[in-house]
Amino acid sequence: MLSFVAQRVVKGVIVLLAIVVLNFFLIRLAPGDPAVVMAGEAGASDQIFVQQLREKFGLDKPLPEQLFIYVKGIATLDLGFSFRQQAPVAKLIGERLPATLLLTLTAFAISLVLGVLFGTFAARFAGTFLDTAITVFALIFYAMPIFWVALMGILLFSVTMDWLPSFGYETVGANLTGFAHAVDVAKHLIMPAMTLGLFFMATYTRMTRASMLEVKRLDFVKTARAKGLSDAVIQRRHVLRNALLPVVTLAGVHSGTLIGGAVITETVFAWPGIGRLMYDALLQRDYNLLLGVFVICSAMVLIFNLITDLVYRLVDPRIEFTT
Amino acid sequence: MLRSPSGVIGLIILLLAISVALFGPMLFPNSPWRMVQRPFLPPFTLATVPLGTDALGRDVFAGMIFGARVSLLVGMVSTLVALVVGVPIGAMAGYFGGRVDDALMRFTEFFQTIPSFALAIVLVAILQPSIYSIVASIALVSWPPVARLVRGEVLSLRTREYVQAAVVTGQSNTWIILREILPNTLSPVIVLASLMVATAILLESSLAFLGLGDPNLISWGYMVGAGRTVIRQAWWITVFPGVAILISVLGLNLIGEGLNDALNPRLSREGR
Repeated sequence: MLSFVAQRVVKGVIVLLAIVVLNFFLIRLAPGDPAVVMAGEAGASDQIFVQQLREKFGLDKPLPEQLFIYVKGIATLDLGFSFRQQAPVAKLIGERLPATLLLTLTAFAISLVLGVLFGTFAARFAGTFLDTAITVFALIFYAMPIFWVALMGILLFSVTMDWLPSFGYETVGANLTGFAHAVDVAKHLIMPAMTLGLFFMATYTRMTRASMLEVKRLDFVKTARAKGLSDAVIQRRHVLRNALLPVVTLAGVHSGTLIGGAVITETVFAWPGIGRLMYDALLQRDYNLLLGVFVICSAMVLIFNLITDLVYRLVDPRIEFTT
Repeated sequence: MLRSPSGVIGLIILLLAISVALFGPMLFPNSPWRMVQRPFLPPFTLATVPLGTDALGRDVFAGMIFGARVSLLVGMVSTLVALVVGVPIGAMAGYFGGRVDDALMRFTEFFQTIPSFALAIVLVAILQPSIYSIVASIALVSWPPVARLVRGEVLSLRTREYVQAAVVTGQSNTWIILREILPNTLSPVIVLASLMVATAILLESSLAFLGLGDPNLISWGYMVGAGRTVIRQAWWITVFPGVAILISVLGLNLIGEGLNDALNPRLSREGR
């Protein structure tokens, strides 16, 4: 178990290193001399300042050495400096990370719980009206662009019915504390989290349904029935547990999409996370910040993949902890 | 395919979307960029501007029609490019096995690990938004599943007797891969491709929504993005283009399912 985790961590670090190297070359693909671009972002572009920047960031050194400096910087969590925001990139991301984690994890939990629930229902009542209704809804949600779901949510629940706030993390200027503050944040969280969760809920619904129908036909289910176990026990302990395996795999595969969806959701709802930060960086063509967020997103996906791998092994005892 | 109702519905939707993209601009030559009426004209008030106008008085209906071109074109071309990248990589990995397979699959996994939408944003932002950079970025983030699928298929086909026979008769590797193996991987690849076009349309619209669309081409995502700030006054600017995206993507997903049922009866039971 421990050696398995160690191996996966090493593998993850190698992948992350490769992403950092890719990032390094992406920065150099950006139009213009990086020093001039940075000087422009800082709002000054006289020759001396540009030369100072070149020296400070080692841009006058040969490319391999620059790469080494860059990788070393990232290893010490130095993601560069955002001249637009006049702050280190790592600090900007650090401030925004908790909001993103809150949003993505809530959305993930909602999508997984509802998806598995609906999928189980659809499979349990396969061929009935309930099954058709769930399947059709899942198909539609699966085809809706996230930004549009977000806007339709705002149109319906904020503009028309005035139930939920349409943007932000908390009520500005309310200065709430303790429980009242938590309720306030939760109110602001509902719509973004539902928006982000709907697409994945649709995916998990479809997967759970298909996979439960598949498992139901297998021999061990017949055995369980022959042993005289009750239907509820068979569904829960035998069918669902096995049917969840592909769902767990899918959750790992989709972690990157979840982060991508967070960029859109945070943009629409002005949610102060790293997705919104990425959008701001995009608008201002703040490449240092943009690529910093990109590296952190990749790291989050790697960590999430590692966790899903572990969960998979917990759910499926047949697999031993080897790679 | 024609026996599956969802496949038929999907096919009808796709044919409709394609004919709108092809012939629509001829029948409704209103430029989507031209101001034709007063701003914020509600829909269903004037027959000449059936879906109303946006914040600058531009025809929403014209935007929808011209937008169909961009969405479908980007969706199809980027999928095609992804196939051109993914199929050879998968075929070589599966056919040659060993170290080649290891190297190519590590490479593929690496691209699969990178959060795709974030990478697409970074690429388009750095290369500057244009139809080429958008297609290239979408293709770059969507080829890994193709490579993995083709590799799996080739792995199982490689050991078949007719392939062994071709090897024995001294055919070159290229000839065997192109003429004997790849044609047999076609049906699962087609199913995947139809779903990839749907994903590509979603990706393109999301990029355009964030302001990363080609500035010279109107697209559905751009329209929703532009209407976002005035959603309280004018719901129609965001609602209609979104419906267009939803219907096109739904159609393609239905086609994918229909094809899956028709081409892989074994797989259809498992769903996807």
